[in-house]
Amino acid sequence: MFEYCTDPKLIEGFQWWSCYLSNGKHLNFYFSFLVVLSLLALTVPFILLFGFTGALARRASFTPLRWFGTIYTSMVRGVPDIIFFLFVPIAMDQGIEVIRHKIKCSDWSESIRQGNDFVVCTAAKMPLSSSPQWVHETYGFMLATIAFAIVFGAFAANTIHGALGAVPKGQLETGAAFGMSPRQIFHRIHLPQMWVYALPGLSNLWMILIKASPLLFLLGVEDIVYWARELGGSKTARFAYPHGDWRLGYFLFLLVFYLFLTWASEKFFDRLMHRLSRGQNTAASMA
Amino acid sequence: MTFTKLMASIALVALTTTSVAAADTVRMGTEGAYAPYNFINDKGEVDGYEIELGNELCKRAELECKWVTNDWDSIIPNLVSGNYDTIMAGMSITAERDEVIDFTSEYFPADPSSYVALAGADASATKGTVAAQTATIQAAFIAASDATVVEFATMEDTIAAVRNGEADSVLADHAALKDIVDASGGALAFVGDGVSIGGGVGMGVRESDGELKAKFEAAIAAMKADGSLNAMIAKWFDGRKAGY
Repeated sequence: MFEYCTDPKLIEGFQWWSCYLSNGKHLNFYFSFLVVLSLLALTVPFILLFGFTGALARRASFTPLRWFGTIYTSMVRGVPDIIFFLFVPIAMDQGIEVIRHKIKCSDWSESIRQGNDFVVCTAAKMPLSSSPQWVHETYGFMLATIAFAIVFGAFAANTIHGALGAVPKGQLETGAAFGMSPRQIFHRIHLPQMWVYALPGLSNLWMILIKASPLLFLLGVEDIVYWARELGGSKTARFAYPHGDWRLGYFLFLLVFYLFLTWASEKFFDRLMHRLSRGQNTAASMA
Repeated sequence: MTFTKLMASIALVALTTTSVAAADTVRMGTEGAYAPYNFINDKGEVDGYEIELGNELCKRAELECKWVTNDWDSIIPNLVSGNYDTIMAGMSITAERDEVIDFTSEYFPADPSSYVALAGADASATKGTVAAQTATIQAAFIAASDATVVEFATMEDTIAAVRNGEADSVLADHAALKDIVDASGGALAFVGDGVSIGGGVGMGVRESDGELKAKFEAAIAAMKADGSLNAMIAKWFDGRKAGY
C-alpha cells in the first residue's frame, strides 16, 4: 500500500503496523465487514416479507393456505439452523441446475446422479464454471440471503401472528361500527397497533441474526470471523509478516464490533418502540 | 476480493459477456490453510506448492483454471456436488476416499507423519491425548491406536491445543509441521518416531470425470519425466529430494 512496504522485513514499529494492517489480506478482512452488514441489511426486508406472508397465511380463511402457514412456521422453527443452512442452499442450487440442465441439454443421455456424483452439463452450471469469481461469490451470497430469510422468516411469522392476535378485539369492532371495510380495519387499526406487540420479538430476532453471521462461512461466503481466524493464525517465516498466534486480538476486535452493533440496535429499537407506543392504550405509552 | 478488483471484474464482464464462454474452465478446490502445500498469502491470494503446481499442470493440459477455497470438512462433498472440479489440498490417497472420489497418481510422495509436542516432552506425549485435524488420515490412525484423539477443524487449532495443554501432542504431515516447529522459536519440538500412514498426495476428481483426470494424469507424468516436479518440490520443501 505504502512505498516503504516493499520489504517488510526491514521495517518495524509504526511503519510495520501500517504496512501489515493495509496488506491485501487485511483489505479482504475490511471488505468482509461490508459483506456481513449488507447481508444483514438485505435479509431484513425478506424476513419481514416471509414473516408477513407466513402470519397472514396462518390467519387465512382458506384452509390449505392456513395449513401452508402452519407447516412453514412449525417445520422451519423445529429444524436446527445448521441443518437448514446446509440443506437449503445445496437443494436450491441443485434444483436450479437440474432445471437448467433439462432446458439447455435435453439431448444429454447420461443420468444426473452417477453414484456419489451430481453431474449436469457444462452449460447448465449455475453459475457457469467460466464465470469470474465475483459472480460465484454473489451467487453464494444470494443463496445465503434466501436461506437466512426462510429460517428467520418463520420465526418472524410466529411473532407477527401472535402480535396480530394480541390487538384488543374491541378496537377492531369499533372500526367496524364506524363503517370501515375489513381492509380499512386491517390497515388503519389492526396493523399499526400490532407493531407494539411484535417489536420486542422482532428485535430479539435481529439480535440473533447479527450473531448468526458466522454461519455464512458454511455457505462459502468469507465473513469477518473467517478472516479474523485466518489473519490471527500464526504465520511462519514463509509469510511477509510473520507472527505468532494473534487470534485472541482479532477476536477481541470482533467482540467490540458485535457489541457496538448490539448497542446501536438497542438504541434504535428503544426509539422505535417509543414512537410506536405514542397514543396506544398500553403501559408502554405511560413511560 | 478487494473492492477495486471487484469493480475491475464487473467492467471486464460487461465487456465480455457476449463472447462465447470457454468450455474448459476448471475450478480447482483447495483449503488455503496448510502451508507450504496451500495457504493464503499476505496479498490475500492462494499460494503454495500445490498452487504453483496446479497452475503449471493447467498450462500443460491447456486448461483455464480458477482457484476456489473451501473448508476442509466439506471439501469432498462440494467436489461431488459439482461446486468445483478438482481438489489439490495436501490430500493423501486412501482407499476410503477412493471409494467416493478418484485420484490422479501422486504428485507428492508419501510423507511420514510426525508428532510435535511442547519442547522438553518425551515420547510418552505420543501416547496420551493427541490432536489431529478432522477427517485426516492422522485422525483415523490415532483413533485406531491406544492414544486418545481430539479433532480440530484446522491445522492451526491443533497446534493451539498443544500450546495450551489441551493435547499432549499433535500428529500431522511432517512437511506441514516442520514450518511451524521452525517458526516456534524453540517452543515446539518433534517427539517420538514418525509413522508411515497413507499414500502420496494426489489430485482428487469426480469419479464421473475420467476425461479431466486423464488430462491431469498426462501432465503430471510429463512433469515427473522432465524433472520439473522434483525441482518444484525442492523449491517449496527445503530442497527435499522427491526422486520422481
